[in-house]
Amino acid sequence: MSEDRIPEINSFFRLQWEEAQNSFVLLYPEGMVKLSQSAGEILKRINGKSSVQDIIRDLQSAFPDVDLTSDVITFINQATENGWLNR
Amino acid sequence: MVGSTANLSGMPLWLLAELTYRCPLQCPYCSNPLEIASYKNELSTDDWLKVLREARKLGAMQLGLSGGEPLVRKDLELIVKEGADLGYYSNLITSGVGMDEERVVALKEAGLDHIQISFQASDKELNDFLGGTSSFQHKLDMARAVKANNYPMVLNIVIHRQNIDHIEDILKMTVELKADYVELASTQYYGWSALNVNSLLPSREQLERAESIAHAYQDQYRNKMKILYIVPDYYETRPKACMNGWGSVFLTIAPDGRALPCHAAASIPDIEFPNVKDRSINYIWNDSDAFNKFRGFGWMKDPCRTCPEKEKDFGGCRCQAFKLTGDATNADPVCSKSPHHQKLSDKVAGLQDVHQLQGAPIVFRNMSNSKSLSDNSD
Repeated sequence: MSEDRIPEINSFFRLQWEEAQNSFVLLYPEGMVKLSQSAGEILKRINGKSSVQDIIRDLQSAFPDVDLTSDVITFINQATENGWLNR
Repeated sequence: MVGSTANLSGMPLWLLAELTYRCPLQCPYCSNPLEIASYKNELSTDDWLKVLREARKLGAMQLGLSGGEPLVRKDLELIVKEGADLGYYSNLITSGVGMDEERVVALKEAGLDHIQISFQASDKELNDFLGGTSSFQHKLDMARAVKANNYPMVLNIVIHRQNIDHIEDILKMTVELKADYVELASTQYYGWSALNVNSLLPSREQLERAESIAHAYQDQYRNKMKILYIVPDYYETRPKACMNGWGSVFLTIAPDGRALPCHAAASIPDIEFPNVKDRSINYIWNDSDAFNKFRGFGWMKDPCRTCPEKEKDFGGCRCQAFKLTGDATNADPVCSKSPHHQKLSDKVAGLQDVHQLQGAPIVFRNMSNSKSLSDNSD
């Protein structure tokens, strides 16, 4: 996957912060996925405008202590495979 | 790094609002109770809005708007709007009858997230026969309107002896309509379908053929359309994890306001189900006897009590245990560890001859049959 890619959430899913779960969730017809903190942090930055590179840069400034590049790329690939992101 | 975690329990994540039992269709496999004619006092709009608010406060995220046919309710748009304002993901579960393109648009504007349309079959003749009304062409039109208005679309087809041999045509239809998600839901035998089991349970041979076709389509359309194929549990040897456990994540509100841990629960006698007109959702979910009755594992008897799989399937379905054994605390007889399993297997074995059973009379789901059934039982 190129870091120039601009990922987009599949319109089948809705990303939402859930206070009761203290986490982001993905909601879809008759189902839901509770997201880990890191998955939520990545997905909330996916807005159909930012490239993977922009997202990594933004996350890196929020979490400067560790190199996140490979984690973000792995997650975006997995999320695409899951159908959460448009191919 | 993994996206999801499973630990969501303790809250009524799923609110199923059965807005009405009125319905223009008469499907003989309907999971509504046989007593639909006795539900006279439907909740008011304000009652429903209160239910939505209170359940959301307890953590509910998914809102199912069901029935009967929910489109019968003139206040559906108002209920949808409240659901959207509260942050629910809302699902309209409909036959499509009572909808037109204008209403599809109005519901979108009110904030509806998703529409699920049911089909009875993939051709006009069988669809209209099973639904007891001429609706096939309208359903096709509504499915196209749903897609045209950018809703995710789920098509639901209840599968049984009368339509299972058409499964390939059914799948072709769903591909043609560009469904995002297809539920091929084998009939489960509650309510009207239990009454019609002799006409509805497919043979093992029919089932195996249908399953292999469904799997081939699942492979072929993997990235385009998700196909869920639910087998009839009468053919299984382990029970389904019904409702993910009693009082675990599901909250159903019947049209008259009775709160149920699943939509069939009212079939279990001697449980007093609380009503949202008298009690808060908080009390109902956390404190009522009805919702605590089969929660957890304390109520179990053997073989469930000592079973290593009890945390996986929760002993199966309480309604089915009652229906088939007369005692809701027994193991679901689908389970081969149940002392009642053999009786169920014998019953299923007796329903294998498709040709002999093809002419069995079908009782359609309608108010008039509901009334005469309750008159007979008096």
